[in-house]
Amino acid sequence: MKKKKKSHTREILHRLFKNKLAVAGLVVIILLVLAAIFAPLLAPYAYEAQDLTSTFQAPGKAHLLGTDNLGRDILSRLIYGTRQSLRIGVLSVAIASVLGITFGSIAGFYGGKVDNVLMRMLDIYQSVPAMLLSIALAAALGPGLNNAILAIGISTMAEYARMIRAQILTVREREYVEAARAINASDPRIVLKHIIPNAFAPLIVSITMNIGNSILAAATLSFIGLGAQPPLPEWGAMLSAGRSYMRDYGYLVIIPGICIMASVLAFNLLGDGLRDALDPKMKN
Amino acid sequence: MGKYILKRLLWIIPVVLGVTIMVFTIMYLTPGDPARMILGSNATEEKVEALHEQMGLNGTYLQRLGRYMKQVFVDQDLGSSYYTGVSVKEQIKARLPYTLRIAGISILIAACIGIPLGVLAATHHYTWIDNTAMFASLFCVSMPGFWFALILVSFFALKLGWLPAVGIKSWTGYILPCLAGAIGGAAGLARQTRSGMLEVIRQDYITTARAKGQTERKVIFRHALKNALIPIITVMGGMFGSSLGGTLIIETIFSIPGMGTYLTDAISKRDYPVIQGGVLFISICFCLIMLLVDIVYAFVDPRIRSQYAGSTRKRKAGKGDKKE
Repeated sequence: MKKKKKSHTREILHRLFKNKLAVAGLVVIILLVLAAIFAPLLAPYAYEAQDLTSTFQAPGKAHLLGTDNLGRDILSRLIYGTRQSLRIGVLSVAIASVLGITFGSIAGFYGGKVDNVLMRMLDIYQSVPAMLLSIALAAALGPGLNNAILAIGISTMAEYARMIRAQILTVREREYVEAARAINASDPRIVLKHIIPNAFAPLIVSITMNIGNSILAAATLSFIGLGAQPPLPEWGAMLSAGRSYMRDYGYLVIIPGICIMASVLAFNLLGDGLRDALDPKMKN
Repeated sequence: MGKYILKRLLWIIPVVLGVTIMVFTIMYLTPGDPARMILGSNATEEKVEALHEQMGLNGTYLQRLGRYMKQVFVDQDLGSSYYTGVSVKEQIKARLPYTLRIAGISILIAACIGIPLGVLAATHHYTWIDNTAMFASLFCVSMPGFWFALILVSFFALKLGWLPAVGIKSWTGYILPCLAGAIGGAAGLARQTRSGMLEVIRQDYITTARAKGQTERKVIFRHALKNALIPIITVMGGMFGSSLGGTLIIETIFSIPGMGTYLTDAISKRDYPVIQGGVLFISICFCLIMLLVDIVYAFVDPRIRSQYAGSTRKRKAGKGDKKE
């Protein structure tokens, strides 16, 4: 049994690595992670170091990507920014998936009235557009990156809840669930050990893609002043700060935007590749 | 059919009530005291207390919720701004059309670009057209809409001076915000259309259509696209939600006097009645759109129609070239 599983994983990885775009996405993600880990070594300057004698330097020798209105080195801020972006992506998706899986498991597992009530609640909750809900929650929690992460996590949990519920409904009556119940396994154990592993494929694709989406959402919140607060080098916040000087110093806006886009694109490419690799039927 | 629509219409009531309670609760849990913010930190305790009374901020959660629900649903009043004293209802009436218009036009542009692109990619599966179209749309999905808006402004407004950078005094002011709002949706729709088309193209009835000598054009548009469009309608409805969210941000870039500028301004001031009223209203608009989508869906999809119709209809629907 174990041997078969291993070869299955290998087959998926093989398919994944054959997909050039997915590999490109993975490479970018690895680079981002490395940049985040080794930020102090890679960054030529400290991210908060101001040099008021050299503000608005165009990209050049001393500052590869130029400096901002306070003379801070943009490259260094971008490198430190990877830490924030990855933290946002991973934490908000973790919050969303834990909340969603718990919610969806309860609904799917207990079924009947509980399911009905919970799913109607989810319908109501989803009738507020996710971005608006994130804005409202982030506003209520107060500005700050952690609050933005929490807000995004809470407002995107519905997808996981629906996915897990659907999965549970299809496998609830299967023999292996019955067998697990027969040996007196607790409900959480059945969900964690038997149901979630079976929903692994759609779950991992969603998680990968949503890391990208969360980075995008957090950048949006920072842009309107609800996410990261200065001097924290978050890409959305940098973009927002550079906006006032856009007319003369376009690079202040363009460069952080490219970083956001590249990292979101990387997660999307990997997610797409994973979906095709996990479910070759879908690829036609 | 009528039963389905009625059922769907009645469901709006609990949704609106639920959203009201949710929005109220979020604002209730917000730390920070608006009375103190208005009066400043030197205000005496009595003064703060008096203002609480006046603003309806005293009492328990349930008392305040009850008061708010009564105010919204019985008196049909959303209160007035803590700062300007202007009625929230009047402001929403003046501002909501801008937001809805931009979000709506954005969706239309997105559909006009995205759906043909998706069809093109699906019909040229595995060719460079497919690859380019899909990479381009993935690129656009990953792009922050507000960033694209800024790039558009700096190029078309600041550099070339063709279009206004802010405001919407004439129709030219709509071009950039709508384009910025459309890009993500267009890309998303292209991806959705492509995968929908690919799924449909493999069906037996497409082979049948080809076998009976139907022109390729007719096969694609009459048989394939028509079936692939059904799930896309739902996607477009859901997209209206994200488009509304995106429009809120884009409005602040173009200084458009819509809901976005209103809300972001209110958020920074903790102007509860404005935030509550604004979020509530946008959500209700979204609910109505989704209701419309569900009804349209029932009209175009014979499978749903047949569920609520008599048995004669059911047989008729089964004869159509729907995928099962």
